[in-house]
Amino acid sequence: MSETTADPYAATEAETTQGKVYTVTGQDWDSIVTGIAEDHDDKIVVNMGPQHPSTHGVLRLILELEGETVTEARCGIGYLHTGIEKNMEFRSWTQGVTFCTRMDYLSPFFNEASYVLGVERLLDIEDDIPEKAQVMRVLLMELNRISSHLVCIATGGMEIGALTVMTIGFRERELVLDLFELITGLRMNHAFIRPGGVAQDMPAGALDEIRDFVALMKKRLPEYADLCNANPIFKARLVDVGHLDLAGCLALGLTGPPLRATGYPWDLRKSEPYSGYEDYDFEVQTWDTADAYGRFRIRLNEMWESLKIVEQAVERLAGLEGAPVMVGDKKIAWPSQLAIGSDGMGNSLDHIKHIMGESMEGLIHHFKLVTEGFRVPAGQAYVPVESPRGELGAHVVSDGGTKPFRVHFRDPSFTNLQATSVMSEGGMVADVIVAIASIDPVMGGVDR
Amino acid sequence: MTESQDPSTDVVAANDAPAEPGEVISRHEGMFGVSGTGDTSGFGGLVRNVELPGASTPPFGGWMDDVANALATAAREAGIESCVEKVVVHRGEITFFIRREDLLPVVKLLRDDEQLRFELCSGVSGVHYPDDAGRELHAIYHLLSMTHNRRIRLEVTAPDADPHIPSVCATYPTADWHEREAFDFFGIVFDGHPALTRIQMPDDWPGHPQRKDYPLGGIPVEYKGGTVPPPDQRRSYN
Repeated sequence: MSETTADPYAATEAETTQGKVYTVTGQDWDSIVTGIAEDHDDKIVVNMGPQHPSTHGVLRLILELEGETVTEARCGIGYLHTGIEKNMEFRSWTQGVTFCTRMDYLSPFFNEASYVLGVERLLDIEDDIPEKAQVMRVLLMELNRISSHLVCIATGGMEIGALTVMTIGFRERELVLDLFELITGLRMNHAFIRPGGVAQDMPAGALDEIRDFVALMKKRLPEYADLCNANPIFKARLVDVGHLDLAGCLALGLTGPPLRATGYPWDLRKSEPYSGYEDYDFEVQTWDTADAYGRFRIRLNEMWESLKIVEQAVERLAGLEGAPVMVGDKKIAWPSQLAIGSDGMGNSLDHIKHIMGESMEGLIHHFKLVTEGFRVPAGQAYVPVESPRGELGAHVVSDGGTKPFRVHFRDPSFTNLQATSVMSEGGMVADVIVAIASIDPVMGGVDR
Repeated sequence: MTESQDPSTDVVAANDAPAEPGEVISRHEGMFGVSGTGDTSGFGGLVRNVELPGASTPPFGGWMDDVANALATAAREAGIESCVEKVVVHRGEITFFIRREDLLPVVKLLRDDEQLRFELCSGVSGVHYPDDAGRELHAIYHLLSMTHNRRIRLEVTAPDADPHIPSVCATYPTADWHEREAFDFFGIVFDGHPALTRIQMPDDWPGHPQRKDYPLGGIPVEYKGGTVPPPDQRRSYN
């Protein structure tokens, strides 16, 4: 490269009708400092993100600053909009799961569950879902809650410079992803919870693996408490930051840890139990400080509660060996189970033998169900679930066809992110990061 | 293909209030895009009516009657007794169809009335029914009363030619982004919204992508000599 080539990433400044605009890329803040010193202008507008390591994904923040104080904070979203809801209108009801699992990529099972519960309500088969499928859903959702909270704490720690919290958080999350891989075949984007049940039975040996994981987590979760709970630096960054009281939460529609951090024990697993949550013994975690620290402690405590639920689910699964995992109605149930063939995943050989060699009707049935799918009676349903971030609900509308007429997800990240302004304005610019991390928005869910 | 299930054997349906016949909003004819003499299968002759659940008549069952009565009483006192167009109870969920000119006083009553107390608006969702003449655009509000642990749904319609619905932001500030999203995707104009701009799509995007008349887009994919058309142009069951 010749020396005369201009560096396209170099800091620039330009005069516009709305004032001077600086573009900085890191380690070149001096250009702004000298520029502002010349103009004696103490009010600047900082455009932070969408590509910024501490905005928790492709979130764009527009901050108006006076010195280091934020006078106005606005969010720009939409950078990860992929049209999942529109795409689902062109696929069968079962295929819809494959799309919605990708929305909030840190809690795929909750996306699947909220959609599937809505479809099942419209199909009127809520009471026909086999017990084992219900228990497996609960097990996967609670494991997922642990992995999601781990990422929240890990990335939140990283954003304030607590890198050890980040490394150990991702270390433990990896263990949960290994369990997901064992049970569903995939670490993310599982499409495992299907209308009528779940895609597959538990693989051999999975329960022992989960028991080992629970035992290990009981040793490792205290590490987070030791590292953070009383750490003066950690507390100095989190305590009284991002304050939002109960009235503010309800007005802005916040649910999940921010709502429970105000001391209000609102948890859909208790108030509107789904998938048999009423049969499990666990406590709703609350805190009374309504700040980022309280939300952190709630997440930490909720992981313990999730471990309790996982243990109970494992015990129940141990007694459900060989029980069905898909609804008995053959007009809805996916016709075949998957099995590991010589080429990886595939249809079970028994099923192939049945439809190809024994039953013409079986083949027709398989073909119709896989290509056409099933029809869902016209109407609409909204079944919310308590995702790690709050109330996640799918508004499912059917016109009686084989494809969803409209599916809209009420994503808790989307709704909770509206609190950014209220939580950050009047505070320091460094606290904006902590406030947003305490909401734990996942942009895949916000933008869908 | 689910057969309509026998209500007598069905827990949820048995709780449902007696419903009037469903409301037919459109009619699908044919299948796979074949018709006339080219249609050797006969599928082209298929006809399917799109029939949404019809209005229910009281009693709706359980707490739903309490909500309906409390709303009726409060509305009468406020002088808007005809605010509810119809009530649909389906699959254990209750939907109030609200006249759009009465939406704002109704949500205020729903939030503040002692008997109702719907403190949380879970969101606003748009639906586009292109064949439902004069009521093409629907805005659907999911309300939750944490005090009474009840959920209801409000549905407000607007014609395509006049896509205006009052904004509930003053009562439920959380509706801010939800209404922006419904505007972005459906073109429903929420009058009185503090800053009704696009939220997901770029500011200069033409059209409203989740309307039914907006194509999905996509390109044909070639694979081993065959061509797979984009999802919205494939042969499909309707």
